[in-house]
Amino acid sequence: MSRTPVTKHDEGDGMTSLEMAPTNAGADGAAPLLEVRDLHVEFAVRDSVTKAVNGVNYSVNAGETLAVLGESGSGKSVTAQAIMGILDSPPGRIAKGEIFFQGQDILRLPENERRKLRGAKMAMIFQDALSSLNPVLSVGFQLGEMFRAHQGMSRKDAKAKAIELMDRVRIPAAAQRVGDYPHQFSGGMRQRIMIAMALALEPDLIIADEPTTALDVTVQAQVMDLLAELQREYNMGLILITHDLGVVADVADKIAVMYAGRIVETAPVHELYKRPAHPYTKGLLESIPRLDHKGQELYAIKGLPPNLQAIPPGCAFNPRCTMAQDVCRTDVPPLVPVTELDGTELPGRHSACHFWKETIHG
Amino acid sequence: MAEPTKLAKDDEPKDDATPNVSKVETVKVASEEEAVEVLDAPAQRGEPVLQVRNLVKHFPLTQGILFKKQIGAVKAVDGISFDLYQGETLGIVGESGCGKSTVAKLLMNLEQATAGEIFYKGQDITKLSGRALKAVRRNIQMVFQDPYTSLNPRMTVGDIIGEPFDIHPEVAPKGDRRRRVQELLDVVGLNPEYINRYPHQFSGGQRQRIGIARGLALNPEIIICDEPVSALDVSVQAQVINLMERLQDEFNLSYIFIAHDLSIVRHISDRVGVMYLGKMAEIGTDQQIYDHPTHPYTQALLSAVPVPDPDARDHRERIILTGDVPSPANPPSGCRFRTRCWKAEDKCAKEVPLLAVPERFKGVDTPAAHESACHFAEEKDVVGAA
Repeated sequence: MSRTPVTKHDEGDGMTSLEMAPTNAGADGAAPLLEVRDLHVEFAVRDSVTKAVNGVNYSVNAGETLAVLGESGSGKSVTAQAIMGILDSPPGRIAKGEIFFQGQDILRLPENERRKLRGAKMAMIFQDALSSLNPVLSVGFQLGEMFRAHQGMSRKDAKAKAIELMDRVRIPAAAQRVGDYPHQFSGGMRQRIMIAMALALEPDLIIADEPTTALDVTVQAQVMDLLAELQREYNMGLILITHDLGVVADVADKIAVMYAGRIVETAPVHELYKRPAHPYTKGLLESIPRLDHKGQELYAIKGLPPNLQAIPPGCAFNPRCTMAQDVCRTDVPPLVPVTELDGTELPGRHSACHFWKETIHG
Repeated sequence: MAEPTKLAKDDEPKDDATPNVSKVETVKVASEEEAVEVLDAPAQRGEPVLQVRNLVKHFPLTQGILFKKQIGAVKAVDGISFDLYQGETLGIVGESGCGKSTVAKLLMNLEQATAGEIFYKGQDITKLSGRALKAVRRNIQMVFQDPYTSLNPRMTVGDIIGEPFDIHPEVAPKGDRRRRVQELLDVVGLNPEYINRYPHQFSGGQRQRIGIARGLALNPEIIICDEPVSALDVSVQAQVINLMERLQDEFNLSYIFIAHDLSIVRHISDRVGVMYLGKMAEIGTDQQIYDHPTHPYTQALLSAVPVPDPDARDHRERIILTGDVPSPANPPSGCRFRTRCWKAEDKCAKEVPLLAVPERFKGVDTPAAHESACHFAEEKDVVGAA
């Protein structure tokens, strides 16, 4: 698959989209499509608070694919839900932070404004298509609903649009299948319907939350190809949430690695795989078995991901880290730019490790 | 790891689907006691412990409520044969619905086979019953996929791991069981003091360790692992895989490792079988299958696996299959893969390809000379290791 990033917003001053560029950067006209700033999300549970997201910053440009990589409980899906405004609240609550979408802080918008954005400007593809679709309504009705609700289209027109969409995502015999129910489709076809639904109103941003995790590899390849092609065609920003390092390597332009509700490393895709700048990323890359050669014993990161109600003080990764020193147990490492040894900046690269120098430069 | 012994070839061609598997030496027994004795005798390294021959499982489809009549069958497993050697790991890969989990259930004798035989130390376990079957079950254990549903939430870890001893009390005498369970916890890397805890107090990876400890309790010879790590996070997956490899060496186990993640299967397996719609498409050593696949399905499957290397994405050839897997209730005639195959010709619709070393590779010393069920078997490197 050959694809080049459509827009790389790399200004002369070396400022890249991953840096916390001020949004009033109207002068260079390159404010990112979406920018999440210092987002904190917590969930009130009995007697305590679960801190799911603890200060996340990232941004996506039009036509760009940002992969958010993390294990279960790292906060990657909760961040996405906060962006979409579909957080379960209560118990969930955005404690702090801003989310700028096309220059507008959407967290300050009233709910009815927010609702107009959802579906029309930003859309989400969920992991489990079977439980995300309504089992008692035909897929044609559910696809057409997008047009009826947002554009006040008539039923007949909406149905025609639904068929067109099903054609777009290459569902065979769309005109005959438009009246079928979700259970009559295979897993791959259902995921295509989810993609069609997200694309219906040609949004500017798509968030795909583990879109292919439930699919077989041959079908996964079909679905990822389709998604990449449509993204290119509509020049959409894509946030791909996944735990699969293989899928990320195939489609992402840049990567944000999350651990315990924080971003621990950001980097352009090629750089991250070549020279990780955080011990967690390094450990992850070393712990996956390879298809192209048979390795020796797998490297395993010891221990378990932390309990979000009792995140260890200092760096959340310190109990599992091979490089941990005293400072890691007391001070939370800030997300700082990563440079070469001689101080040359590495655009788009950040690491939240006290010892990023030792990690990246060995 | 022991080299699998060369399969003896029969001189006369048989018309069964897998002409290449060795003849099974059955052991005649006069009584149940004798059978138990044979089944409990330890297997030698490099010997086949499990020999599966033309195994078939059809699930009937019925119509009508009062007067049920069979209108067809889901052909979940439709004539597969393979050997498992002592001390090796046989990986079985395939997409969902290809019958790999049904094979696991058949090997455990949890499902009654429609036809075919499964020989364990020369005894056909599909025909055993009573004490002999119990002896087989002690020696073949299983680790399940989902550590969240395969452990009873109302039982303590001690009860879960100790339960096999209730059924097979000869393995651990009553007074000794608690100590034995603690030993097992220690073996799988859990704190023996956790014996009185409940499953919900553990993480996914720890729960899978409990499942493995339960599988080890009866000192089995074979462990059938049905997707043992697919529910786990990447960093925990590696821990469990390493544990399983360590246990294999320590207890001399043979594994049948069923999974859909091809990278993990390559890592752990000595030999790999690729299944498609109830049939074995290709089988060989891990190097033969991954670096020299000859069946188009294996090639497509391997090429679809995303490789964690962004530099590979521009020059790796991807074979994108069209369509979905056909229904196993009504599989295509001839070769089952032909509806999605780019090589399919008329012959593929008429003749079922046999699982055998392809004619063109016979007698040639090449890694491509392994069993592949394709009329047009051809080597193709899709992983890009060479």
